[in-house]
Amino acid sequence: MGIGLTHYLILSVILFGLGMFAIITRKNAIMVLMGLELVLNSANINFIAFAKYGGMNIEGHVAAIFVIILAAAEAAVALAIVLNIYQNYKHVNVDEIDRMKE
Amino acid sequence: MDLITIIFYFFAVLIVASAAVVVFSKNIMYSAFALLFTFFGVAAIYVLLNADFLALTQIMIYIGGILVLIIFGVMLTTRITGVDIKSGLMGKMQIGITGAALAILTITMGVMYSNVKWFTRDSEPLKDTISPIGRMLLTDYLLAFEAASVLLLIAIIGAAMIARRKKNIN
Repeated sequence: MGIGLTHYLILSVILFGLGMFAIITRKNAIMVLMGLELVLNSANINFIAFAKYGGMNIEGHVAAIFVIILAAAEAAVALAIVLNIYQNYKHVNVDEIDRMKE
Repeated sequence: MDLITIIFYFFAVLIVASAAVVVFSKNIMYSAFALLFTFFGVAAIYVLLNADFLALTQIMIYIGGILVLIIFGVMLTTRITGVDIKSGLMGKMQIGITGAALAILTITMGVMYSNVKWFTRDSEPLKDTISPIGRMLLTDYLLAFEAASVLLLIAIIGAAMIARRKKNIN
């Protein structure tokens, strides 16, 4: 039994679960970003697996490229925001940044 | 077991193990370095899926760009010498509930994926994917391509504006 579409999809869903766990449970903003990258990678594996097993459809690759572009833009802006938060609060715990609440 | 199967399982185990280190490690620096192996493993999976250009892009952008940014972020926002490098978790109860819910979700999706009869189409792999991707980006997806370039420009300017230190104006 060779490697089929299902293997890639199951690998991708495991990666998604791990990334989602990091996003939900971690306090550190940079850990949340790392979980986000894991989730985006799992989505990309899905895109490319479907592209290959749907008759080598290149449109899946193009979608994956746009996902990578957005991930790069998001990482740059998010880390700039994290650095700014660090300058103001001296920590980056996402659950303690609640100055707007008061 | 043919070669492809062995390679797939090797990289799948690498990805899942290093992603688990990313998620469960207490030290955020270990997480950042484990992320390197996850990205390399995903690039290898892309090669197995005949996506050579995507694998190169993955290595160049994720490892050369995003991972370096993340490591910069870790080093600029945590005190390496102090104890503060640990990355806190929520309460045990919430972690348990979240973990259980996500495990159930993952297992359900896995079982569902294995039971679906996917309609797949066999095809001989392309010789290279670069020229079809380039042709498609400059014909069908031209608007999205230009929008992405403008977005990247805005992201660069915005990140530089947000991250720079405020000068004291007196």
